[in-house]
Amino acid sequence: MDSIKNLESDFLKEVGQITRFIARFFLVVIKPKQEWEEWINQCYWIGYKSLTLVSVTAFIMGLVLTIQSRPTLVEFGAASLLPAMVSVSLVREITPVITSLICAGKIASGIGAELGSMRVTEQIDAMEVSGTNPFKYLIVTRVLASTVMVPILSLLAIAISLYGGFLGTNIRGEVSWTLYWFQAYDALSFGDFIPSLVKTIFFGFAIGTVGCYKGYTSQKGTEGVGKSATTAVVVASLLVFVLDLIAVQITDILGLT
Amino acid sequence: MTGDPLLEVQGLSLAFGKNKVLQNFSLTLMEGENLGILGKSGSGKSVLIKCIIRLLNPDLGIIRVFGKDISQLNQEQMDELRKDVGFLFQSNALYDSMTVKQNLEFPLRRHWSEEDRLAHAETAVQEALDDVGLSHTQHMMPSELSGGMKKRIALARMLILKPKVILYDEPTTGLDPVTGREISELILKIQNKYNTASILISHDLSCIRLTSNRVIMLIEGKNYADDTFDQLRHHADPKVKIFFRDYE
Repeated sequence: MDSIKNLESDFLKEVGQITRFIARFFLVVIKPKQEWEEWINQCYWIGYKSLTLVSVTAFIMGLVLTIQSRPTLVEFGAASLLPAMVSVSLVREITPVITSLICAGKIASGIGAELGSMRVTEQIDAMEVSGTNPFKYLIVTRVLASTVMVPILSLLAIAISLYGGFLGTNIRGEVSWTLYWFQAYDALSFGDFIPSLVKTIFFGFAIGTVGCYKGYTSQKGTEGVGKSATTAVVVASLLVFVLDLIAVQITDILGLT
Repeated sequence: MTGDPLLEVQGLSLAFGKNKVLQNFSLTLMEGENLGILGKSGSGKSVLIKCIIRLLNPDLGIIRVFGKDISQLNQEQMDELRKDVGFLFQSNALYDSMTVKQNLEFPLRRHWSEEDRLAHAETAVQEALDDVGLSHTQHMMPSELSGGMKKRIALARMLILKPKVILYDEPTTGLDPVTGREISELILKIQNKYNTASILISHDLSCIRLTSNRVIMLIEGKNYADDTFDQLRHHADPKVKIFFRDYE
């Protein structure tokens, strides 16, 4: 009973601390003198350095989804709907979520480990002593970079996964380039793109915030750094699913489904 | 050593849970004075100087730096005050992802204007590196440096803002005796060249003797004894005596 109580109290404490962390982010981000140079540097690391991984995964995702969906559609005599079905699935749900999960693995753990090691080696204290606000320099730049780059990566991943879908369609069947893209786009509307884009902004924010929070509050030396990186991935991935669930409910209520 | 103290600590107390680290601790630091603080591991020496620079907040007590009560300063004012208070971290705390030059330039970004940085940063970096005898390391990464070199670069990074007071957190810990001696001599050189006041905490008696003209014994969280090194060395109290037992 006591251990359940402790778990409860630890969980609530953690929620309280992360809420304070997010509130501090919004208070600091509006203060003047932004760290643009560091932000661009972080966009490069978070965005450009994740591009290959995201692209390869997206292409395979599109290819596999198409190959796997084909037999079922053929069974119902609806093979011609394959490009439309694949494009809707990829744009609305699969690509944004999988891309965000990949980013949660790569970005949140990277940030968690980097900031964690800076914390335990007193580099964050050194920054503070030198008169630079480490929260603005390290946290705000990383969270903003993640919030901007995850949606961009997701959009690129959607495009690449549709190319994978084209290849998948043509492995067992024959659909021309023009017809594939016509059918894929014909099934889509802005109501598919906008919610998908908006939710990846929230995914990006969650990934950046969790990575930064875990790293910035890292304790207990090198053991703490490893723990920060691992828990950052776990929590960020979980948050992606929770936010996705909320996003689906909202789009449903707004009639965008 | 006359006039108002540069730094004044009154009745400082701080506990981590049930562990009372500092209990009603007081000290003053006058201009040009170099104060050494001796104490066992875990006696609260590092905690004390982290409170002085407001990296930690005490439970009780007043800290005045250049006559200003630091608990009353807002972040902007505190950052401004930190320009004049250098801090040498025990772990050196060099930024891993930056070159030596970028490490040294980093404190300037807050305290110098863009124009000043463009015009004078190069010279300031070179001068600070010359002071520590490592002018050839500008483009090296911290991972390429030895322990002694890292300590020197950390000193150079601190010197670039020309602080009036320097807080040294165990500057010779983890170094071999020869390098430790070199760092102690470098600290002495800095004190003489820039006429800085300093607080140096260490277990290294040779370093304390060389660099400090007054020594405080921090025992059980209190300012237990306050005298010159030689006076303390011949102190009658067994708690003080034990520190100097093996010192030749």
